[in-house]
Amino acid sequence: MTRFQLLLGIGTGLLAASTLRAAEVPVRVEAAPVAGPRTLEQQSKEAVIRDYLRAWESFRGALEHNRPELLAADFVGTARDTLANTVQQQAQLGMHTRYQDLSHDLQILFYSPDGLSIELADKVDYEVQVVDHDKVITTQRESSRYLVVLTPAEVRWKVRIFQSVPE
Amino acid sequence: MTSRTLWLVVSATLAAANVASAQSGHLTLPRTVEAASAFSIESSGSGNATLFIVGPGEVLKRDLQLGETASFAPGSLSHAGHYLAVLRSDSFTDSDSFDVVPTGKPANLSFLAKPSRLPVELHNAITGAVYVFDAFHNLIAAPTQVAFELSNPAGTMQQRTVTTRDGAAWTAMDSTAQQGADKFTARIGALSSTRIVAQVPGDPCALKMNVHPDGGKLELTTDPVRDCNGNAIPDGTVVTFTERYGGTQSTVDAPLKRGVAAATMQVHPGATLSVASGVVMGNQIGWAK
Repeated sequence: MTRFQLLLGIGTGLLAASTLRAAEVPVRVEAAPVAGPRTLEQQSKEAVIRDYLRAWESFRGALEHNRPELLAADFVGTARDTLANTVQQQAQLGMHTRYQDLSHDLQILFYSPDGLSIELADKVDYEVQVVDHDKVITTQRESSRYLVVLTPAEVRWKVRIFQSVPE
Repeated sequence: MTSRTLWLVVSATLAAANVASAQSGHLTLPRTVEAASAFSIESSGSGNATLFIVGPGEVLKRDLQLGETASFAPGSLSHAGHYLAVLRSDSFTDSDSFDVVPTGKPANLSFLAKPSRLPVELHNAITGAVYVFDAFHNLIAAPTQVAFELSNPAGTMQQRTVTTRDGAAWTAMDSTAQQGADKFTARIGALSSTRIVAQVPGDPCALKMNVHPDGGKLELTTDPVRDCNGNAIPDGTVVTFTERYGGTQSTVDAPLKRGVAAATMQVHPGATLSVASGVVMGNQIGWAK
């Protein structure tokens, strides 16, 4: 069960968004036009957002527990390889990191003509806690804009590119 | 930890690595470091400390003496992203963030073209989408011009130039009038990626049947079957001959061989003969003899 419960409503400005339960994270989805000739159906839109937010859970779990196998369900290709490599580096250094997303501000940017990729931007606020040999070194609140490309897999969308860019 | 006891300066040792810096609390950090560029971090103070650089793309940890410069060789941080630099000593912890950005030089194109096979002369039926990456597989978000070219064996070419937005660009092209293997290329300078798009003939056009009596039978043959652009319909395509007489109907399916379909049917005076291929109807002949 995901901790995200996304409520999407079509509006003239911003799609209402939101969440949630105790540790729930506010999610806002901007209703900007999507580039590309293909119509993005509401069902697909909800699925890609749901799967992206679920990927954050996998990401958080993998980096907190240094378990790269947690990435497999939601990441693929370059994104999975990169994050798995980071987990390996952390394990070798005796570190781990806790990423706690605090809010997401999403915009779907591009739906490829063949329907095989969706790009979105996420202005995400999150907390990162650095732990070295079980000692908390620091906890910082950060904000970053992520560019994310998802591609369809058997039963869900998986994150193929997961990269923050300067705002 | 106080600002008077520590200041940490992260500076680039290569021009490409840093063009601006930001100061926040006790830290002065570069706003950006180009992927895989060398950079250095300077600290002040005295005593031992550990420097952590943490991001989803990479994690580094280095012991250092406060006051010395920690130099990072090219390739130390090659994954674009948002990083946290943390300096930890026995008496303080100081941190700030910076971004590693793509090199800006395209080195890889992810190019998807669809479909791989389609009929000739369809408007905007061939689409291509491109994502642009640097040598370290970082998506280049800065606007980049991509030239799309679709060329066929006869030498005709369609061209479009599209500027990427957030690393992506797409285009749509028409299939040409001539069948054959077209090359669909996405190009940025000397960097290119090509896909082959097979264009096959369209539906038969002006399907025509001829009838010749042969004893008590009729030999039915078509003219060479072509589409409306003159492309030969491939052998194996089924042509259906139909004979209707006295409320009865008989049909023969015949595949094209060397561009022509042929069948033999019984003579029935007053019969009507017709020919079709798929949904395309050909001519009709009344046989009165």
